[in-house]
Amino acid sequence: MYNAKAVILGIVIFVAIFSSPFWTSWIGKDYTNTGVVLPTNEKTCIEDTEFMRANHMRLLNEWRDQALREENREYVSALTGKKFAISLQNTCMKCHNNYAEFCEKCHVANSVYPYCWTCHIIPTEGK
Amino acid sequence: MVEKLLKASVSYYLWLLFLCAVICVCGIVYIDQLLNGLGITGMSRDVSWGLYISQFTYFVGVAASAVMLVLPAYFHHYVKFKKMIIFGEFMAVAAVIMCALFIVVDLGQPQRMLNVLLYPTPNSVMFYDMIVLIGYLLLNIVIGWVTLEAELRDAEPPKWIKPLIYLSILWAFSIHTVTAFLYAGIPGRHYWLTAIMAARFLSSAFCSGPAILLLLLFIVRRLTGFDPGRDAIKTLATIITYAMCINVFFYLLELFTAYYSNIPGHMEPITFLFAGHGGHLAWVSYWMWAAVVMAVGCLVILIPPQLRTSRLLPIALIMLVAATWIDKGLGLLIGGFTPNMFEAFTPYMPTFKECMVALGVYAVGALVLSLLWRIALSVKKETHHFSE
Amino acid sequence: MKTSRRHFLKIAGFSAMALASGLAAAGAAEAQIAPGRYVKRDGMLTAKRWAMVIDTRRFRTEADYAPCIEACQKAHNIPDIHDDRNVKWIWTDTFEHVFPDEMNAHLNTATRSKPYLLLCNHCTNPPCVRVCPTQATYKMEDGIVAMDYHRCIGCRFCMAGCPYGARSFNFVDPRNYLSNPVPNPDFPTRMIGVVEKCNFCVERLAEGKLPACVEAARGAILFGDLEDPNSNVRQALAARFSIRRKPSLGTQPGVYYLI
Repeated sequence: MYNAKAVILGIVIFVAIFSSPFWTSWIGKDYTNTGVVLPTNEKTCIEDTEFMRANHMRLLNEWRDQALREENREYVSALTGKKFAISLQNTCMKCHNNYAEFCEKCHVANSVYPYCWTCHIIPTEGK
Repeated sequence: MVEKLLKASVSYYLWLLFLCAVICVCGIVYIDQLLNGLGITGMSRDVSWGLYISQFTYFVGVAASAVMLVLPAYFHHYVKFKKMIIFGEFMAVAAVIMCALFIVVDLGQPQRMLNVLLYPTPNSVMFYDMIVLIGYLLLNIVIGWVTLEAELRDAEPPKWIKPLIYLSILWAFSIHTVTAFLYAGIPGRHYWLTAIMAARFLSSAFCSGPAILLLLLFIVRRLTGFDPGRDAIKTLATIITYAMCINVFFYLLELFTAYYSNIPGHMEPITFLFAGHGGHLAWVSYWMWAAVVMAVGCLVILIPPQLRTSRLLPIALIMLVAATWIDKGLGLLIGGFTPNMFEAFTPYMPTFKECMVALGVYAVGALVLSLLWRIALSVKKETHHFSE
Repeated sequence: MKTSRRHFLKIAGFSAMALASGLAAAGAAEAQIAPGRYVKRDGMLTAKRWAMVIDTRRFRTEADYAPCIEACQKAHNIPDIHDDRNVKWIWTDTFEHVFPDEMNAHLNTATRSKPYLLLCNHCTNPPCVRVCPTQATYKMEDGIVAMDYHRCIGCRFCMAGCPYGARSFNFVDPRNYLSNPVPNPDFPTRMIGVVEKCNFCVERLAEGKLPACVEAARGAILFGDLEDPNSNVRQALAARFSIRRKPSLGTQPGVYYLI
């Protein structure tokens, strides 16, 4: 092999950088939980927690299309049978009114940065 | 064949480095646009498309013009074009990439551009424009690469490439027709609502595109010694002359319909372009008159055969490219939006930043072209197809 | 070389097929995600074809229109930008600009010198919907031409397409031109890089309320079902002479002006 030393060194450096997420995690502290603070004024969300945790963004997309395109502006929960007005700002955020302790905690922990709030208004902070 | 790029002169690498530097600087301006919005451009509520879309339109024409080499070579077996077809095809590749970039820089929300694919909308001309441009890009990459590889091996290109070449000929017409339909199907924009728009686009493309190609090949000839062949240049110059005559003729048809019918809506944009508004010439009026002078000037040189074959040819081609660029790259958009939907006048002038972003796209086009042509030239040299 | 090319083509073909079937599967999986049901709201105002009739005789000056415009701007958090990149849902302009085809030099002064109200016409054949490449602008069954700002890519084809200049693009961040908190915290703002326009107050109709401008006009603007012969709009149009903007383009505007 030509330049065997350089090639092997290159491979080693590459592997080291490529696997960095694994070995750097040994240095840092262990992940336990996101520290999300749940709203206290209601016992359940519109659907069960497992579903909401996994699918809230897909649900919001579906809500948007149903409300804007089909004029279906209310949602009947399969969990409680209660009716909810379809609105991120005026339904979801009325309960989940602490953006920093709820949305942001989990989004930051998971490194997702949805840009809902460039248009929708975060209730407590006014902007 | 990519390895051909590894063996080039220092000045070539310096040129690439220069292009990359331009792209970087202009890229920073584009990041400014991404963060602060299209407010950095000269566009407004009334003139909602500007330099970006007009450049897109112009370069769709440049891309389509490759057909002026391919069609005579494959439909009429004009073998003298075969030597430079590859340059036309690779120029088309660079031009389509520039078109795509001009669309992207024009978008307000470029990160959502895949919505065009996620929610395909057959009633929108933009949908078809996307399909034909992507198709044309792929066709030219595949055809160019495969034929060049065959040339390198001194073999006939594989048989399956023939149908693709024929398809690309028809496809070239489609890309500029569909681009014209972006404009020609809009109610209420008088300057655009004309059935001859697609024909005008094609005629302007078929003179300006080959003219750019010839000019670039003249530069290449001076730099590398590659000779496209005297007869080929002569024939292409004749094609350019006919296309430019038709282009000017089509524009005169527009003038006749507008002014003889005396319908204000049809006259106003043209009057604005050439005479301005309220007794004052608009800045674009000077450009439009310059285009008129250059269009006439280039035809004066191009029409007499002895002048067309003389050393004046490059000057004529430069004037032709400038004239068609002003017509399509400035007049088309400004005339379409002025007067606005309220028969009022909102001026538009591209800002410095807007020009920088456009320049960046030009630099990307030049970079792609430099890389592809370099490969083609190396192959030509290796196979002794360099000079006559 | 030849075999490897054939091999490549085979692989390319298979991957294209796999991709296509994947897309088909994605299409099939478009079934509803939520376990619950979607229903219409009780008490929402409905029509077969919403239309607006503006009684121009009851508006003489800009000040007469001001409450309508203000109501709209407050309800929809419309930014206050003072140059030719402004965002306009509802605004006024001169007769000459609103009805260029109807203009003549000797038109009676009263008609000519008054301002007129402008907004999206919610056309029956909307060019903006026709040209939109993502269906971000779409027409609903009740005739309202609506927009989904989430989907808009900001190509501005609709602005070129609209013959009425009813559309505005967010050249700058609208939040910089709004008070904090925004005038209506129940309604979103828009973001940079999307197009917006009047939505015939679709969000208010859903709550059983008339559009904000109609409510503020105290009867000078009528809003109702054009398909219903007994509706207020039909009766007003039957009784008085009315015009629409640029009718020759065939867009069939849904906004009528009583002269």
